[in-house]
Amino acid sequence: MSRNIAAFLLVCIGLVMFLAIAELPLYGSPDTPVQNYVAKRYVSGALSDTGALNMVASIVIDYRAYDTLIETTVLFTSIIAVFLVLKKGTN
Amino acid sequence: MTDFVLKRIVALLLPFVQMFGMYVIFHGHLSPGGSFSGGIITGLGLIAFSLVFGLDRGTEKITDRMTTLIESFGALWYGAMGLVGVLRGSAFLMNKGSGVPLGEPGKLYSGGLIILITLGVGLKVGSTMVTLFTALMEEEG
Repeated sequence: MSRNIAAFLLVCIGLVMFLAIAELPLYGSPDTPVQNYVAKRYVSGALSDTGALNMVASIVIDYRAYDTLIETTVLFTSIIAVFLVLKKGTN
Repeated sequence: MTDFVLKRIVALLLPFVQMFGMYVIFHGHLSPGGSFSGGIITGLGLIAFSLVFGLDRGTEKITDRMTTLIESFGALWYGAMGLVGVLRGSAFLMNKGSGVPLGEPGKLYSGGLIILITLGVGLKVGSTMVTLFTALMEEEG
C-alpha cells in the first residue's frame, strides 16, 4: 500500500517537473529572461564604471562585490572547520 | 625528501613562481587572473617548498602566526575597503560612486579600490592554501 502511495506521489512530482520543463524557453534563444539588460550594461559600461580593463575583475570585485566578500568569509570558515577537526596543539 | 635535483629545481623555480603569483594578483584588473588564481599560485610555491625541503623549514619561511594574521585580517581588509564608500558618504563597497580616483585604464593604478581588494583577497587565499597544507601535514607526521 505504502509503495503505491509513494509511486503515485513520485508520478505527481514528476508531472509537475515536466510541466515546468515544458515552460522553459528554448536553449540559446535571444528573448529568454537570462538575456536581459544586465549583460548589456556590463559589456558597455564596465570600463567607464570601474576603470578596470579586465571585465571579470570588474564584475567580481565591483558589481558583485558582496558575493566575493562572503566568498572570502567562506574560506575563513573552512579554515576554522579544518582547525577544529585536525589541528594539534595545546592552545 | 633528500633528492638533490628536486631541491635545486625548486630552489631555482621558487622566486619566479612567487613573482608570477604576485604579478597575477597585482594585474588582476588588467589581465586574465585575479586574486584567487594569483593567491593560489603564491600559496602553491610555498607548498612546493615545504614538500621538498620538509615541513620544518617551510614553517620557518612562513610561520603559523603569520598565516593566522593574514587569514584573519584578509576578510576584514575587504570589509574595511567596503567602509571607504560608507565614510565618503556613499554605499558599502561602492567604488566609483564614492569618489575614489579611478585612474587611467590600462595603467597599474586603475580601477579604484579593485587593486587593493585584490591584494587582500589574494594574500588571504594564498595563506589559506598554506594553512590547509600545514594542518593536514602536521596531522600526518
